[in-house]
Amino acid sequence: MDTKHLIAWRVAQDMRDGDVVNLGIGLPTLVPNHLPEGITLTLQSENGFLGLAPLTGEALPGLVNAGGQPCGMVPGGAFFDSAMSFAIIRGGHVDVTVLGGLQVDQEGNLANWMVPGKMVPGMGGAMDLVSGARTVIVAMEHCTRDGGSKILKRCSLPLTAAGKVTAIITELAVFRFLGGVLTLTETAPGVTVETVRARTEADFTVSPACHEMAGLPTEVRHG
Amino acid sequence: MSAPCKQITPPQLRPHFHDGMSIMFGGFMGIGTPDGIVQALLESGVKDLTLIGNDTALVDTGVGVLVANHRVKKVIASHIGTNPETGRQMIEGELEVELVPQGTLAERIRCGGSGLGAVLTRTGLGTPVEEGKARLAVDGVDYLVEPALHADLAIIKAHRADGQGNLVYQRAARNFNPLAAMAADYVIAEVDEIMAAGVLDPELVVTPGILVDALLLTKEH
Repeated sequence: MDTKHLIAWRVAQDMRDGDVVNLGIGLPTLVPNHLPEGITLTLQSENGFLGLAPLTGEALPGLVNAGGQPCGMVPGGAFFDSAMSFAIIRGGHVDVTVLGGLQVDQEGNLANWMVPGKMVPGMGGAMDLVSGARTVIVAMEHCTRDGGSKILKRCSLPLTAAGKVTAIITELAVFRFLGGVLTLTETAPGVTVETVRARTEADFTVSPACHEMAGLPTEVRHG
Repeated sequence: MSAPCKQITPPQLRPHFHDGMSIMFGGFMGIGTPDGIVQALLESGVKDLTLIGNDTALVDTGVGVLVANHRVKKVIASHIGTNPETGRQMIEGELEVELVPQGTLAERIRCGGSGLGAVLTRTGLGTPVEEGKARLAVDGVDYLVEPALHADLAIIKAHRADGQGNLVYQRAARNFNPLAAMAADYVIAEVDEIMAAGVLDPELVVTPGILVDALLLTKEH
């Protein structure tokens, strides 16, 4: 199973028709490929427009996504400057932001912008997005490359924002902050609660309604 | 009777550049950065610059070339990760970098051009961005106090202008340009085309010409 597509597929199932969504660079950009029938999103691009779409045909001057790559735009989009772009983001006009994480903890804190002494790229728009979007979904692989937990009791890396995460979606599980408590609500096909517990440092509650992710298409399962 | 055209030629740029000045620039990953003005800055040899803008682009694009050629002593930006030279010089202690969340940077520049002293934002609360900054509670909600930014010179890129400096932009190349146009002592806009007076629809002008001091036509490639 391709873990990135599994995570993107599960994130896509959380989207509601008409949501205004900002997708971070990398894995989150796969989400539109997996939207259920009848769900249409308006994608916001932090560099200054609504109506982001994949590139089809020739690249147009000045039309790039937040990664600086040529992209397309749906009819009915709008361009604006960076102050308007972030007024939209901070002002609660973005329904959902989906972004990756280096660490998330049981208090809903997210760290995803620097590793002191190793990687200091800057926060770009991430701090505003996590502070301002109504729903913050962290979409990431469950563990680090050497198998360490990324879902911790307390983030050790510098934070992107404090207490703002709504949900964590990984290739093993879905967690939601319900009443401020980190709660396991779904497991991936074939993954037990015990497996999730063994790979998660954070304390969490298992929802009485916790179930296996349903409806995974075969192409994602075998992708 | 119309006002004189603000167009200047490349040799007329040089008197506006000097060592140690602060320069605000438009652009996101180099898209919307005035490459002709950046090239003139590079050729002028000015150094010890403070650059204020979203990011330092790539080593060979946008303002990235000024960093790569050691013309910069300080950068105020939201992202430096795409230009490894910025990170290297920062770690070596050759370059000071102040990282600012992108939305906060946009508002600090907007404040600098709008007669406002600071902006209150919740972005950065409880993170390293808060270090050394004041908190202010308004109606029981805490905010960070983020001071306005102003520069000696703004270098911006627009698509079309008229002789008075009214500007329209091109797609996502707008980004920080209209903000930078408000927040500097002297503003130079590089444009693809300068139209006759009355051709630009006043309803569609994004940056009013009174904010722009000089216009440079982009060289045909």
